[in-house]
Amino acid sequence: MMIAVASGKGGTGKTTVAVSLALALADRQKIQYLDCDVEEPNGHILLKPRLQKKTPVTVPVPRLDQAKCTFCGRCAQICAYHALAVLPASVLIFPEMCHNCGGCWYFCPEKALTPAPREIGQIEEGGVGGIEFVHGRLNVGVAISPPLIRAVKERRRKDVPAIVDAPPGTSCPVIEAVSGVDFCLLVTEPTPFGLHDLELAAEMTKELGIPGGVVVNRSAGHDQEVEKFCRDKNLPLLLKIPLDREVAAAYSRGWPPLTVRPRWKEDFLTLWEKCREVARP
Amino acid sequence: MKVAICAQGNSHTAPLDPRFGRCGFFAIVDTTQNKWEFIPNPGATSGGGAGIQAAQELAKRGVKAIVTGRVGPNAMAVLQSAGIEVYTAVGETVQEAYQNFQNKNTTPLEKANAPSHAGIKQK
Repeated sequence: MMIAVASGKGGTGKTTVAVSLALALADRQKIQYLDCDVEEPNGHILLKPRLQKKTPVTVPVPRLDQAKCTFCGRCAQICAYHALAVLPASVLIFPEMCHNCGGCWYFCPEKALTPAPREIGQIEEGGVGGIEFVHGRLNVGVAISPPLIRAVKERRRKDVPAIVDAPPGTSCPVIEAVSGVDFCLLVTEPTPFGLHDLELAAEMTKELGIPGGVVVNRSAGHDQEVEKFCRDKNLPLLLKIPLDREVAAAYSRGWPPLTVRPRWKEDFLTLWEKCREVARP
Repeated sequence: MKVAICAQGNSHTAPLDPRFGRCGFFAIVDTTQNKWEFIPNPGATSGGGAGIQAAQELAKRGVKAIVTGRVGPNAMAVLQSAGIEVYTAVGETVQEAYQNFQNKNTTPLEKANAPSHAGIKQK
């Protein structure tokens, strides 16, 4: 069982929900927490795991053996991202443009191009209580995060449930984070902005064929718009987390909601059970 | 010598395009014969790496100088490697820019004057 927590809009409470689920579950079983928001991972701030292992993650980019190159231009011709420029007497490689497809070294008639590793970030692993913690950290200046997200998800152990904290948005990094999960929680806030981006996120999970459900965070009892949307789209509204000053104050100190609202644990355990019921068999 | 000017259209009276990688057309002028040719910029519709693609195309066509508004870092790297000189355009139309270039009223550009992806945000 692997559940992703996504949102569309940033700042709705993905990490709050993911961390609370993890802490609620960890009292009774081992679980994995996979922070796939590799551009700005923050699950560790709330969970405070002991990070014991750090592994660099690399992607293959072309390296040129100048002596073998005939400047035929085949590589530049096939590269859809223009990561190579072939001039009459030189070749320029732009590793940051490369999407690591391998086409250039595959088609190079002289075998002048070979793959060379380029580090894009690191994976850090550790644990806290019953939680096995994994997150990725993308290097500054790297624009393409999906390979690192994939590497975080490759740490997935099949024998324990996993919670994936997804990045915000609905583009490639999110697709990478939620692909293959059994269920996707969509966290929203009761604002026009939250609803707008929830609509996008719900469309995304539908397109991917991932069953989803909605969590309203910071609910102040005026959630009619979200409720209507969920009814219209046949999306289960699984939990409302009340707007709570104490929780906000705790969050601002880096404390998870359950530290000040221990009774919410039951609500998160119920949420987990509901997810399991709706999840892909 | 061949010089390329960034143009929004494919005529002498076309307005200058301030962007290099994403300009619509290049006016390529053979200065010795005053022969004009207009080619669509392959970078204009590129998903990414527009400037790299545009610079490569000009190098392939034997262009030795370009007259443009703004050039990004990757395009500049290709242009410099290819030994293509870069000049900041002066004038409204391609024709005016060319005359100003011929009269040496243009200033050479030594390094990129626009960030990556700047051209895609305009227009």
